Amino acid sequence: MTVPREIELRVNGRRIRGVVEPRLLLSDFLRHEADLTGTHVGCEHGVCGACTVLLDGEAVRSCLLLAVQADGREVTTVEGLGTPEALHPLQQAFRDEHGLQCGFCTGGILMTLVPFLERCPDPTEDEVRHALSGNLCRCTGYQNIVDATLRGARALRGEEE
Amino acid sequence: MSTRTFGRRVPRNEDPRLLTGQALFVDDVHLQGMAHVAFVRSPYAHARILSVDLEAAREVPGVVSVVTADDLGDYWQPGPLLVPPPPIAGCVFHPRTQVPLARDKVRHVGEAVVAIVAESRYVAEDAAELVFVDYDPLPAVVDLEAALEPDAARLHDDLESNLAAHVVQRKGDWEQARTDAHAVIHRRLIYDRGTAAAMENRGIVAHWDPRGQKLTLWDTTQAPIPIRNGVAAMLGLSENQVRVIAPFIGGGFGPKIMMFYPEEMVIPWLSVQLGRPVKWIEDRQENFYATTQERGQIHEAEMALTEDGHILGVRDVFLHDSGAYDPYGLTVPINSQCTLLGLYDVPAYESEFRAVFTSKPIVTPYRGAGRQHGVFVMERLLDAAARELGIDRAEIRRRNLLSPDAFPHDHEIIYQDFTPLTYDSGNYEPILDLALETIGYERFVSEEQPAARAEGRHLGIGVVGYVEGTGIGPYEGARVQVETSGRVSVVTGVGTQGQGHMTSFAQVVAEQLGVEVTDVAVVTGDTDQFHWGAGTFASRGAVVAGNAIHAAAVGVREKVLRLAAEELEASADDLELVAGTVRVRGVPDSAIPLGELAARANPMRGAVEPGTEPGLESTDYFGPERGATAAGVHAMVVEVDAETFQVKILRYVVIHDCGTVINPMILDGQIHGGVAQGIGNAFYEQLVFDEDGQLMNASLMDYLLPTALDVPRIETGHLETPSPLNPLGVKGAGEAGAIPTGALFAQAVEDALGDPAFEIREIPLSPKRLWELWGEWRE
Repeated sequence: MTVPREIELRVNGRRIRGVVEPRLLLSDFLRHEADLTGTHVGCEHGVCGACTVLLDGEAVRSCLLLAVQADGREVTTVEGLGTPEALHPLQQAFRDEHGLQCGFCTGGILMTLVPFLERCPDPTEDEVRHALSGNLCRCTGYQNIVDATLRGARALRGEEE
Repeated sequence: MSTRTFGRRVPRNEDPRLLTGQALFVDDVHLQGMAHVAFVRSPYAHARILSVDLEAAREVPGVVSVVTADDLGDYWQPGPLLVPPPPIAGCVFHPRTQVPLARDKVRHVGEAVVAIVAESRYVAEDAAELVFVDYDPLPAVVDLEAALEPDAARLHDDLESNLAAHVVQRKGDWEQARTDAHAVIHRRLIYDRGTAAAMENRGIVAHWDPRGQKLTLWDTTQAPIPIRNGVAAMLGLSENQVRVIAPFIGGGFGPKIMMFYPEEMVIPWLSVQLGRPVKWIEDRQENFYATTQERGQIHEAEMALTEDGHILGVRDVFLHDSGAYDPYGLTVPINSQCTLLGLYDVPAYESEFRAVFTSKPIVTPYRGAGRQHGVFVMERLLDAAARELGIDRAEIRRRNLLSPDAFPHDHEIIYQDFTPLTYDSGNYEPILDLALETIGYERFVSEEQPAARAEGRHLGIGVVGYVEGTGIGPYEGARVQVETSGRVSVVTGVGTQGQGHMTSFAQVVAEQLGVEVTDVAVVTGDTDQFHWGAGTFASRGAVVAGNAIHAAAVGVREKVLRLAAEELEASADDLELVAGTVRVRGVPDSAIPLGELAARANPMRGAVEPGTEPGLESTDYFGPERGATAAGVHAMVVEVDAETFQVKILRYVVIHDCGTVINPMILDGQIHGGVAQGIGNAFYEQLVFDEDGQLMNASLMDYLLPTALDVPRIETGHLETPSPLNPLGVKGAGEAGAIPTGALFAQAVEDALGDPAFEIREIPLSPKRLWELWGEWRE
C-alpha cells in the first residue's frame, strides 16, 4: 500500500476534499467518500457504463479512473442534474417514455447522454443508438431509452410536446 | 367502478427517485462501523481441499476476521431445499444443496472457501490474495452426457452417479401415435447456458444490533420474507428479531431469488459474531461464478404427424444440467417438460428427463425458467415437419392450435406448482392472425423475399408461438390503509426489481378508492411492514400480489362506504368515491375527504361499538387454485450476411395475450426487455466452459450482452382473454418476451439462408457458430 494523498475536487459544484489511497477508484470515492450513491457500479471494468460521470464536462467511466486523477477537476454526477421535485428535461423525458425499469443503469445513461445532446442537439435515432452503445441496460430493450432521448432532445431544444 | 387509472399508461411513481440517484440500492447502505467482506473462491471446478493457510491473510493490517467452514461450527449446514420434488409417480430426486463455505470439497469454480472481513473491501481483497488453499484437483464434470457414464468422476461422493433426478410424464398413447403416424420427425436439439447478468450484482448488508437484539438485512433478493424466516431459523432468532429489506433492486430475472446463497448464510452470521454491520457486494467476476445460471439441456425429440400435419404425439427425452447442487428442485426441467406443449393440441405426450450434477455454477430459474427449451423443441419439430410434409410454417401451426372451446384444457401432466397442467383460458388463432398480418407474412413470402433474393440479399421470416404458465401460488398478501392525510399506503411482501410495482399496484388501489395514483405509496420488500408471502418469481407479481392488493382495497372501500353512509345518513349504494372523497352521487357538496373519514375511524376518546376495527385499513390475501396461462406469437424478419453470418433483425413483432392489462406502458416495457434478453440468449450470449470446467468468458468484455445497436424496435400488440382464476382477470407477462426468441431466431435465420435442407438445431448461435454450422453442412 502506498501513502494516502490529499485531493480536492468540485463535485456538482461543491468543493470536496479527501485523503485517499492512490488506488481508490473515483467511483468508490464518489459513492463512499462523497456519499453520492447515484453513481452505480455494474462491472468494474469499463463495459457497462453504469458509473458514467462527467469529468470537466466529458463523459467518463468512474470505475476506470482513480480518485487522485480527479484532483483539481470538476465532476458532475447524476445528482447534479435534477431533483425528484424538479427533474431535468432529460430525466422528465425518461419518465414520460418509460425509459427505465430497475433504474440501476439509468444514472450512467443520463450522464452519457447529457454531453452527447450538447454536441448533437437534434440527433437521429441511429445517432442516439450509437451514443447509447457503450451503456448496457438489461431491462428495457433500449427502445424506450431511445424514444426518451429523442423526446429529451426536443425538450432541450425548447420544442413543445 | 371507475376506469380512471386501470388499463392506462400511467407514468411510474418510482421514477423520480430512480432518475435522480436518490433511490436506495443495497450497495448504497452505509453504516457506522461497517466491515467489508471478500471471499476466497475455488479456482478449480472439482477438487478436494487438503489444507487452508490463513496466517498471512490474518496479519494484514485492517483485517478483522478470517473465517473458514470449520469456524462456522454447528452453524455450518447445507442450505435448505427450496422446492421439493413434485408429486409425480416414480420421480427420482437426489437433493444436494449448497453450503455456506466449502469444507472438504469444491464442486464448481467460484465456490466460496474462505470469508475475509476487513475494515475496507480493498483490504479484504488484499488479504484474500494471501490465503493459500492446497487443493487436490479432481476430474471436472462438464459434458452432460459424459457425466452419466459409469467412469465419470462423481461430484457427490455419497451418490452412485451424477444423476440428480429422473422424471417421466405421459399422456395418451405415444406408441400408438407413432404407429398411426404418416410421418415421424426425430431431432437432437441443444440449448446451452447463459447468465441473467442483472446490471446490479448481488449484495448483502447485515446489521446485528446487540442492544436492540435485532438483525437487519438489506439483501438483493426477490424473496425477502422467506429469507427472513430462514435466517431467523438458522441463527436461532425469533422471526420478529429479523428484518429483511429488499430495497430497489437492479434487476432480478430469477437468480436473485435463489435463497439461500452461501453469502446469505455467511454475512448475517458474521454480523452477529462481530457485533457490527458487515457488507458484501458481489463484483462482476463473482457474478459469473457465484450467481446461479440457466439453460443447459440436450433433447432427443420425436413428433408423430398425420399427412395433413396434425400432431398425433410427441416424445421427448432430455438431459438437464443442474450444476453442482439442486436447491431449486425440478422447477426448470418441469417447466421445459410442460411448456413444450405450447399452443397446441397434442393427444399423446411422453416426456422423460434426467437432471445431472455437473461441476458448474448452480442452475436455478432465469427469465423463462426452462420454458425456452420446451418451446425450442416443439417449434423446431414443427418447422421440420412443415418442410417434410410440404406445409407452410404458419399453416401447420394453425392446424394444431387448441380451439377456443378447448378451455380449460387439461394436459394430464403435473406442472411446477404441483397442480395438473391446465390452461385456464385462451384464444390462440386471433393471436396468430394478428402476428401474421402485422409482420406482413404473405407479402413477405410471396414478394419481398423473392425480390431480395434476386438482389442477392438473404432475408428470412420466422413465426413461432408459445404459452407461459404464470401467476402460480401459493399466495401473497397486502395491507391497504387510508391515512389521515388522505394518502393511501400499500404494503406487500413481494420484492420489486424494476417491474413498476409501485405504479401498477397503486393503479389497482386507485381504481377502488378513487384517488390519484401518485397519492398511493406502495412499499414492497420490507418484512417489518408485511411479513407474509413468497416472493417475486414465475411472472406472478401482478397476478398474485396484484389480486391480494385488489382484495385489500375492496375491503377498505367497503369500510369507507359503511362509515360514510353513517356520516352522510345515506345508503351506501348511493355513494361514490371520487377525487379523494366519498360523496352522495350527484351531490358534490356532501363530499367527505377520505383522510377526514380515516381520522373519524380512529377516535382517540369515547366508546366504539364492540368489534369495531380502527382506521380505514384492510389486510387480505390471494391464492389462485393454479397458474394463469398467457400466450403469444412472435414474428421477425432478419437479414443474414452470407459472408460474415452477421444477422440483422429488420422487424420484430410480439402479439401477446396476458389477460386484462393494468398498465400497457409497463407491459410493453416488460415485453421489450424480455425480447432483448431473448435476442442475447439466441445470438450473443453463451457461457463457454472448457473441459476443466473453467468459464472462459467471465467478463462483460467477453460475454456479450446486446447493446442499443443490437436490439431492434419491437412492435407489440395485445389481445385480452381475461383469466377466470382471479378477480382482476390478469395473467403474468414478465417472461413472455424471452421465451420464444431462440426458436424464432433459428427459424428466421434458416429461412434467410434459403436452403431447405439446412437446419439449426442449437441455441445460442453467433456469427462464428452459424458459419461453422453452414460449413459443416456444406461438406
